[in-house]
Amino acid sequence: MSVDKETVTKIASLARIAISDDEANALVPELNNILGWVDQLGEVDVSGVEPMTAVIPNELRMREDIINADPLTGGGVRDKILANAPDAEDGFFAVPKVIE
Amino acid sequence: MTDITELGIAAIRDGVASGDFTAVEVAEAFNANVAAASALNAFIVETPEIAISMAKAVDDDRAAGKDLGKMAGVPIGMKDLFCTDGTQTTAASNILGGFIPQYESTVSANLWKAGAGMLGKLNLDQFAMGSSNETSAFGNVISPWRIGGGNNAPLAPGGSSGGSSTAVSARLCPAATGTDTGGSIRQPAAFTGITGIKPTYGRCSRWGVVAFASSLDQAGPMAHDVRDCAIMLESMAGFDPKDTTSLDLPVPNWQAALNSDLKGKKVGVPREYRMEGTDQDILDSWDQGIAWLKDAGAEIVDISLPHTKYALPAYYIIAPAEASSNLSRYDGVRYGMREVPEGANLQDMYAATRSAGFGAEVKRRIMIGTYVLSAGFYDAYYTQAQKVRTLISQDFKAAFQQCDVILAPTTPTASFPLNDKNKDPLSMYLNDVFAVPASMAGLPAMSVPCGLNKDGLPLGLQIIGNMLDEQSVLNAGLAIEERAGFTARPDKWW
Amino acid sequence: MTKKYTVQGATGEFEVVIGLEVHAQISSQSKLFSGSSTEFGAQPNSQVSLIDAAMPGMLPVPNMECMRQAVRTGMALGAQINKYSRFDRKNYFYADLPQGYQISQLYHPIVGEGEIEVTLDEKDPDSATKKIGVERIHVEQDAGKLMHDQHPTSSYVDLNRCGVALMEIVSKPDMTSPQEAGAYVKKLRSILRYVGSCDGNMEQGSMRADVNVSVRRPGEELGTRTETKNVNSIRFLMQVVEIEARRQVDLIEDGGEVVQETRLFDPNRMETRSMRSKEDAHDYRYFPDPDLLPVELDDAFLEECKQSLPELPDEKRERYENELGLTAYNAAVLTAESETSFWFEELLAQSVERTGKSDKDLAKQCANWLLSELFGALNKLGVTLEESPVSPSQGAELLSLVADGTISGKIAKDVFEIMLETKQGAEQIVEEKGLKQVSDTGAIEAAINDIIAANEDKVEQYRGGNERLLGFFVGQTMKAMQGKANPQIVNEILKKKLDS
Ligand SMILES: [Mg+2]
Ligand SMILES: [Zn+2]
Repeated sequence: MSVDKETVTKIASLARIAISDDEANALVPELNNILGWVDQLGEVDVSGVEPMTAVIPNELRMREDIINADPLTGGGVRDKILANAPDAEDGFFAVPKVIE
Repeated sequence: MTDITELGIAAIRDGVASGDFTAVEVAEAFNANVAAASALNAFIVETPEIAISMAKAVDDDRAAGKDLGKMAGVPIGMKDLFCTDGTQTTAASNILGGFIPQYESTVSANLWKAGAGMLGKLNLDQFAMGSSNETSAFGNVISPWRIGGGNNAPLAPGGSSGGSSTAVSARLCPAATGTDTGGSIRQPAAFTGITGIKPTYGRCSRWGVVAFASSLDQAGPMAHDVRDCAIMLESMAGFDPKDTTSLDLPVPNWQAALNSDLKGKKVGVPREYRMEGTDQDILDSWDQGIAWLKDAGAEIVDISLPHTKYALPAYYIIAPAEASSNLSRYDGVRYGMREVPEGANLQDMYAATRSAGFGAEVKRRIMIGTYVLSAGFYDAYYTQAQKVRTLISQDFKAAFQQCDVILAPTTPTASFPLNDKNKDPLSMYLNDVFAVPASMAGLPAMSVPCGLNKDGLPLGLQIIGNMLDEQSVLNAGLAIEERAGFTARPDKWW
Repeated sequence: MTKKYTVQGATGEFEVVIGLEVHAQISSQSKLFSGSSTEFGAQPNSQVSLIDAAMPGMLPVPNMECMRQAVRTGMALGAQINKYSRFDRKNYFYADLPQGYQISQLYHPIVGEGEIEVTLDEKDPDSATKKIGVERIHVEQDAGKLMHDQHPTSSYVDLNRCGVALMEIVSKPDMTSPQEAGAYVKKLRSILRYVGSCDGNMEQGSMRADVNVSVRRPGEELGTRTETKNVNSIRFLMQVVEIEARRQVDLIEDGGEVVQETRLFDPNRMETRSMRSKEDAHDYRYFPDPDLLPVELDDAFLEECKQSLPELPDEKRERYENELGLTAYNAAVLTAESETSFWFEELLAQSVERTGKSDKDLAKQCANWLLSELFGALNKLGVTLEESPVSPSQGAELLSLVADGTISGKIAKDVFEIMLETKQGAEQIVEEKGLKQVSDTGAIEAAINDIIAANEDKVEQYRGGNERLLGFFVGQTMKAMQGKANPQIVNEILKKKLDS
């Protein structure tokens, strides 16, 4: 499969990466080169093969329903949550105004 | 007195424990080497004060007669993919510029608990995506190795753990953490003449490690020799309830069980790894490795891993797919860089931030990942790749019916000059062709230095083990190490 | 039989097809993948973990209780429980979604097909019932909250809700009228509350529905549907169906075409409108979450879920009718909400204990008192059953005074009034106010003798065949006894005297 410039632009938009026209043009052959190469996977006969879900035989562990059982994974740490915020006001993260 | 910075983990630990030198002396010695090596660009952040204060704590413990940890007094370099509480962590990306984690990764916390200290945060390929360290936003690391004979072209230290490989090889630290998603410990270890092991997926917690591709990422040690790797891996590994893919198993005492006598062991040699484009030097080193393991008592068996050829293309679907999603959190809202062009709305802010913050290779992989997951392509790419991954895993399972470990080259070439491959992503990707299959199957794999090529550059041999069988990997690695007698060192030019 | 709901257009009638995706917050202490609290109404970003804020390197660990509640809910709907399920990532960018993806279940949900039986006219328990199919239930994370009014140029993000566990309960497009849609959500909410898997509190957003509506001319193919998001009351839900059906019919008749899109309900303007801000060629790139292994449930876990299920409303209603002898109407009203049935059962149990009578003997009296006296009083006070000033045990104390003849039903009403006012116990009130019923035949006989003597003409008429006059004599006697005479004894003595 291959991509054209329109597809590249669409993917960039889906991925929220602003790209210029030139960048889009440059990405087309680059991505096609890679996609053309991965296309060889189509040769593999995978009939009856399950897609891998867990690379090691391991069972999903779940937690007990306890609040803040481990401080590293619990709440009540607003200062830590906001410590790196580019824009924090009144305990909130602030972002450019969204009109819904 | 010996130069402390020539010593590895075991020697430093033992020297500190016996009082030959103090942990602070050790830290000071390495701090000095780090400070003098800015030309290598191995560190993004240097933390000499932290190294000293952690060393002091060890010295105090020793003075107080307390039990010392497995790595007490050993200062290490921390790949800047591990979040360190209070110390900037960037994954070598501008998008995490200035990010100060308020938490400590499980692996680094385990190391500190074992008495290790931190010399600084090591440079790497941006978000661990790369094989030459050229994708770092902080400039590439330069390998301490040179071809010599007047050729001083800067060489790639390998990637993504290129800061780690360079720092250990150049004696800036006795050991360093690495992470391996598709060869990122083994390939740089091979390029710089050091030893590195990626354990079984799930041995080391991923909690607090900046994610690249969740189903593949695994941390491991990079050090001078096999014994040091065993000691350090014991300190890093262990069950972590915060990571559901972490294995709930005790950490074996690998170091104590090291044994290079391979009598009764079978070593598989996969015929599919004899690939076109592999350097003759590499093929020769492989034959040499086979001879060494035979000499160690092992029986050599010819094995087949029929889907080897497809591991790399499958990897370049799965890893970018997972990465495209894992990296969605870098959006300029809660931490890191934020770009808000005049009049931008929220979605514009995302696009501008991510465009400015991510490097070209990261963007390329996000684009590929986004594409292969998008409507209409998901089954053809992602599902197909995961099926191929099952087949790769089954290949290994079948192979380990016939042998205990697998011997292969780590890389198809020795280190290459910087700028050589970064124009062509595909040629860069192909450098991981031997490393990726073990990653895809979650298996333990190690690179051990085995000699120099005709240019005088180090080469590594790779040992791949069965699930959870790090011991056999380490033992075979030790057998090679003992026979290779690898003592070559880069001449100090920095 | 109610008439089929249609929307009349200029060119003919249209049928409406409705499917609902109900998001129900799972009752749990902590979030789906982190240990932070789910409590409502905390300070902004105070109940947020490093995981909820999607800090680099953070990983999800599922909360067992959330999976358990989803399974119990599925069992209550008679649904297929999938022992194997998986979490998938739904990728999109929004400020209330820190990870850039929602962890949900697309390919392998934890619960498969089930159904809910609804009564189409709740006032009439004999009215038709209809089975509405449930397609699936999956477990997923809630998003955070965006606030737009605090700042002129910024929106504020609060992540307290972010990561709270939701069940998304997806119906089949089986509903054809606003009433059916309303009845479905009401019944669903009732079941969730019985099961205890969701508090059903729509005002606090614990339950909200995405309403899928399409219209078609009778017999034609399904039309294009729209999805109106996050409708948070049953009344709004019914209005959305009506408004959206009307809008679509008008659109079609004007030669337009319905576009598949998400819409927003504006209750102030009573209209739905397109959510253009989110209309960005959605491609969610679902794939299995590589941080999480598949969810595999064992038999012991499923058995525990099953054992812990309470008696559900439909079973309860039948039992009330068949075993307690209640009317269909009373049984339906008492079981519609779990609180009512629990209150009733407590009242009945306490009454049985106090009087030693069987529950069958007391059920009717308890039901009547609860539904007329207590509900009437609560209505007047404007409070809910949970806020009732009278507890089931206090109610039982009052009712047992009637049952054992200590007071009459009429006096009981007065005592209840005083209980509501003073919060005193019934026995104490009866004692202090001297309201005990008089069963002393001597005193009653004396009063009756006086009345007969004073009304000889009426006695004649009665004896002449006007038996209706018995009521007059009872009334006079009760009046003379200040209402406290045991009516049974009054009747007996009167009959004996008048008939002799
Ligand atoms: Mg929906
Ligand atoms: Zn949902």
